Amino acid sequence: MTNGLRDVAIVGIGATDYYKRGESWPRTTTEMACEAILNACADAGLSVKDIDGFAYYSGAGAGYGEKMDTADFMEILGIDEVTFTASLTSGGGGSAGSIGLARAAIVAGDATVVVTVMALQQAKQRLGSVFAAAPATPTNSFLQPSGLSGPGHLMSVLARRHMHLYGTTRDAFCEIALTERENAQTRPKARFRGTPLTRGDYFAARMIAEPLCLYDFCQETDGAVAVITTGIDRARDLKQKPVPVVATAHGGRREWGRAFGWMGMPDEYFASAGNKPIAERLYKQAGLEPTDIDVALLYDHFSPMVLMQLEDYGFCERGQGNDFVLGGNIRYSARPRAGQIPVNTHGGQLSEAYIIGMTHLLEGVEQMRGTAINQVEGAEHALVTGGPASLPVSGLILGKDA
Amino acid sequence: MVLATALPTEVIKIATDPTTEPFWQAAKERRLVAPRCGSCGHFRLPPTAYCPECQSGEVEWVDLSGRAQVYSFAVVHGFPGLPDITLVPAVVDLPDAPGARLVSNVIGVEPGTVEIGMELEVDFHPISDGWLLPVFRPVGAEQKESAS
Ligand SMILES: [Zn+2]
Repeated sequence: MTNGLRDVAIVGIGATDYYKRGESWPRTTTEMACEAILNACADAGLSVKDIDGFAYYSGAGAGYGEKMDTADFMEILGIDEVTFTASLTSGGGGSAGSIGLARAAIVAGDATVVVTVMALQQAKQRLGSVFAAAPATPTNSFLQPSGLSGPGHLMSVLARRHMHLYGTTRDAFCEIALTERENAQTRPKARFRGTPLTRGDYFAARMIAEPLCLYDFCQETDGAVAVITTGIDRARDLKQKPVPVVATAHGGRREWGRAFGWMGMPDEYFASAGNKPIAERLYKQAGLEPTDIDVALLYDHFSPMVLMQLEDYGFCERGQGNDFVLGGNIRYSARPRAGQIPVNTHGGQLSEAYIIGMTHLLEGVEQMRGTAINQVEGAEHALVTGGPASLPVSGLILGKDA
Repeated sequence: MVLATALPTEVIKIATDPTTEPFWQAAKERRLVAPRCGSCGHFRLPPTAYCPECQSGEVEWVDLSGRAQVYSFAVVHGFPGLPDITLVPAVVDLPDAPGARLVSNVIGVEPGTVEIGMELEVDFHPISDGWLLPVFRPVGAEQKESAS
């Protein structure tokens, strides 16, 4: 294939072990990030000294309590000089789009080997109640008093509206949770490997923020993941098969905007994942349609947002997510039939690990290398998404080198 | 029967700035208000410095009837430090401030009876530092439980 951008490629991926929230201590955020960077360099066949750029998202935040800093990494790892260091704004919505930031640096000639990294260590503050823990501000004073204490609580309100408008059911959210849990069973590092989930478990689970229960919420994980992007020519000289960036976009529309920090969205955005404008840009860049995507790694902090992304990315029509999911169309199959789209073949954030979107990038790369544990045979294009959260949201289509 | 409440007075702290303070000062007087653009008449919440429709900085603070309608809601079980609390956080439409929504709570109601479209009326719940928080009860509901 020669469609799309294909001027840069992902050449290295690295991760630490994944830990339940807080259990990585006494490891630190910085130390875990460094291990992930070193592992990604080793995977690529690069020296850490080859790194000359950093492209973060989430304001280079490590979770919500801590920060990553390029100077720290340079000092600790012995990186001599950087010629680019920047971040996308806001939060996890930029995870997939951070590769676009890396590409911007490379295409502009500002840097040649760019690392994207995320690390998370929740010994002090868990993400699940981050809003309740935040000090009052003039803006959050219009949200925080309601007791919507974490991101999942906010998205439960979006899910409720989707159910109201389109007849979406908890059965569909359950099917998403079950699909991802099953995919995780073959994954050595998955935190829920060996812990299968049944429909009975799902419907007996504690309700956290109705209509969402425990299994609609992603895990809270400690760990780090790094990804290295470089120009396509250099990529071809490295250790791994290059995984070209076919399309990449971040941003979004005002109607989504601060999204669930605001709640003023018109219906078509309120009951959505805010990713439709990203989807349109990606498909246009890539010269592809939804039916050309072979595996979808959709940001899954909360199960209903997977369903709404299936609609945003055109795998089904708006309002048809319930029937699409319940039709068995997102289950993993090595040889999916037409109309099926394996989703989160790595188990996702619901069942493998939650590193704010980075595990989806790893899985996308492995699917394109042909080395994924739950490989979709002959997959040519992988979709990776970021968010849904306050803008930017983002997406990425990865391909295979010609 | 569990009735939904607001968070306890001492748990809720707010911060204000010159753009948002008129909302809170009015609430302290048990008035629900919303900022309306002084130029084009567009309502907006939370209060912001400029009108997103016409970019005017002119604001009129309009007294609302206190009526609202449930646009969507959650039933939240537990809050950090309050594992047994039941809350009904709700996004509400304000019929006399079209286009503006508030994120608030439906209180004094059995959570299972709340539905989208339910008609509400405002009440005011004491929070830290002497402020009052606008919250909502179903229209015509007996006060099953005091807002305080
Ligand atoms: Zn105006």
